[in-house]
Amino acid sequence: MTGGHLAEIWRYRELLWTLVRRDLKVRYQSSALGFVWSLLNPLVYLVVYYLVFEVFLKNGIDRFPVFLLSGLLPWLMFSGALMAGTPSITANGSLVKKVWFPRAVLPLAAVGTAMVNFFLQLSVLVASLVIFQWVPDPAYLVPALIGLAAMIVLAAALALVLSVANVRARDTMHLVEVAMLVWFWLTPIVYQFERPYQALVDRGLGWLMLLNPLTVTTITMQRLFYGRADVPSATGNGMKLIPDKSVLWYMGIALFALAVGVAAFALALRFFARREGDLAEDI
Amino acid sequence: MGSAIRLDGVSKSFLIGSDRPASLKERIVRGRRSTSGSAPFWALRDVDLAIETWQTVGLLGHNGSGKSTLLKVVGGILSPTKGTVERHGRIASLLELGAGFHPDLTGRENVFLNGAILGLSQQELRSRFDAIVEFAEIEQFIDTPVRSYSSGMYMRLGFAVAVNVDPDILLIDEVLSVGDETFQRKCLDRVRQFQKDGRTIVVVTHSADLLRQIADSVAVLDGGRLVAYGPPGEAIRSFREHLLERQLDRQAVVDERHAQEIPESAATDAGGASVGTRQTATEARGSTQEGNRDLAVRIDSIELLHDRLAERSYLLPGEGLTIAVHYTCRERIDDVTIGLSIVNLADGKELFGTNTEYLDAPLAYLEGSGTVCFDLAAVPLLDGTFAVTVGIVSRDFGRVYDWSEQRHRFEVMNPSRSVGVVALPVTVSQPADR
Repeated sequence: MTGGHLAEIWRYRELLWTLVRRDLKVRYQSSALGFVWSLLNPLVYLVVYYLVFEVFLKNGIDRFPVFLLSGLLPWLMFSGALMAGTPSITANGSLVKKVWFPRAVLPLAAVGTAMVNFFLQLSVLVASLVIFQWVPDPAYLVPALIGLAAMIVLAAALALVLSVANVRARDTMHLVEVAMLVWFWLTPIVYQFERPYQALVDRGLGWLMLLNPLTVTTITMQRLFYGRADVPSATGNGMKLIPDKSVLWYMGIALFALAVGVAAFALALRFFARREGDLAEDI
Repeated sequence: MGSAIRLDGVSKSFLIGSDRPASLKERIVRGRRSTSGSAPFWALRDVDLAIETWQTVGLLGHNGSGKSTLLKVVGGILSPTKGTVERHGRIASLLELGAGFHPDLTGRENVFLNGAILGLSQQELRSRFDAIVEFAEIEQFIDTPVRSYSSGMYMRLGFAVAVNVDPDILLIDEVLSVGDETFQRKCLDRVRQFQKDGRTIVVVTHSADLLRQIADSVAVLDGGRLVAYGPPGEAIRSFREHLLERQLDRQAVVDERHAQEIPESAATDAGGASVGTRQTATEARGSTQEGNRDLAVRIDSIELLHDRLAERSYLLPGEGLTIAVHYTCRERIDDVTIGLSIVNLADGKELFGTNTEYLDAPLAYLEGSGTVCFDLAAVPLLDGTFAVTVGIVSRDFGRVYDWSEQRHRFEVMNPSRSVGVVALPVTVSQPADR
């Protein structure tokens, strides 16, 4: 059943892509700043967090913007996918009521749009690497890509479920907003992974943190772009940021996160297939 | 050839909207009991229907009969509560033209978006793009955002995309009535082309005439049940009978003299006809109005009678009709004639008008109470709802004693597949000596 459903979505892949282009076009065409808007968002986050954590709180992380952006950009993709994916079916209500097509393309298109935005925003990260003359560690490219894939699949799974939930209960969106706030701060994006990790390891609970697939994505991305696991001792105190482990270890946690994401996606697809038929009358 | 669409025991129920919790908050506050109290509304009940690939099937029913729900179930937009739906082939549904158009995108971009929604690949769309634009007749506006389109342009573009989807099964809901006459004809031509190509069409409409023209079969729905399925003539007749049953109280053939005007919707089930102008009937009689009657003679009641009145209220083409005018006089009237006019309610055109003078059957006088009957030996009308106007006037039309303007109606039902208003007696032969 799930396979048939996937095949159907695959047949409508051009619609998926057309919807993504529509979203991008409508967003960027009708505004004067256009594509700059998509860069403004991470830049504002960057400035605020830089001021708060580096300047005011003196977190001692050298080249903090590089570290921050490595984790923040994937997060923005994830939250963007869910924020647009949750209302995707209700927002296209007239369409859903009048034309048949696999409804899953609506939340999936929201994920696609978020992915395109992510790749546009990577230019900010690249710029920061150039500005700070920082060298990533390409050995960790594969774990980082797997980690990203895990996040995308998980975002797709949640977008599918939440888009259906939002048809039944229109205040799902509020719940998503609150959940995203909590999830953001539970993921080591603006602070270093090692801080809570060490505290948990002492109690034998270090694995808890790795259960969060977004943490895995975050630290694999940080490992790739920040290029090292600790703050360089010449400039700082040699403080540990993320696990100083091999490529294989990172590969392992990334694959685990991907497995979690794929399982969630399979379940979400089954849930969606069961509810899909009722969507037109519930809107 | 197999069935293109097959419905087996399809039922569809809806929860009545207001009883459904609309938010998480409401669910929590109202708890689990919230939905248990509301009775489901059955929009479709146990519908069995098989539509062959070459068929054009019309769905007919009054508002709320379930015909649009059935079309949505066939199209997969709604899933049946019970029963199964099978369909074979690519479906394009014209339930709403231009559904999914984005106002900020240009016509060109919307063609690609709408086409993708209807299941076309971008490559297919590119190859059909010119045909779509040409069909929609909006060449010079194709790169303008559709927000600035007129509603006609909007719908033309929507129709053009949908018919160029090249579907195996085309579902149409009342959309053939959009646009001006030329465009409608173009749409109908396209539908006929589909039929020639041997494709399946399911069309929902109120227009019995349209179905007679294009449908092979008509399915009639009433209260969610399939009550008739067969050749258009038969099915349409059955539909009218159901409609008449429902409205018997409002549409009695014998009307009280001062009863309220029959609501238009009740009187004309088909075609969305309007009463049209009344002037034709009255002008012929000398611009009289009901207002300036002097009531020296009163029309007490008018009866429309025919032989089969006991079993059905409508006429079949060619059957006779008696129009009985019951009157009461205040005093003996010598200068009197009674006029009669029959108007087609679909367009307001007068079909027939006469009076006792024209008929060379002058009335000597009227006195007391009595009845004057007009016996129409045959009513050679084919189909429609017709109104009768009766006037009692002086021979020079100078005085209007009483006037009954279109208060009485009768229906003629077409059992055949011929179309039009008049039933001409036709036989077909092939003379051998030519």
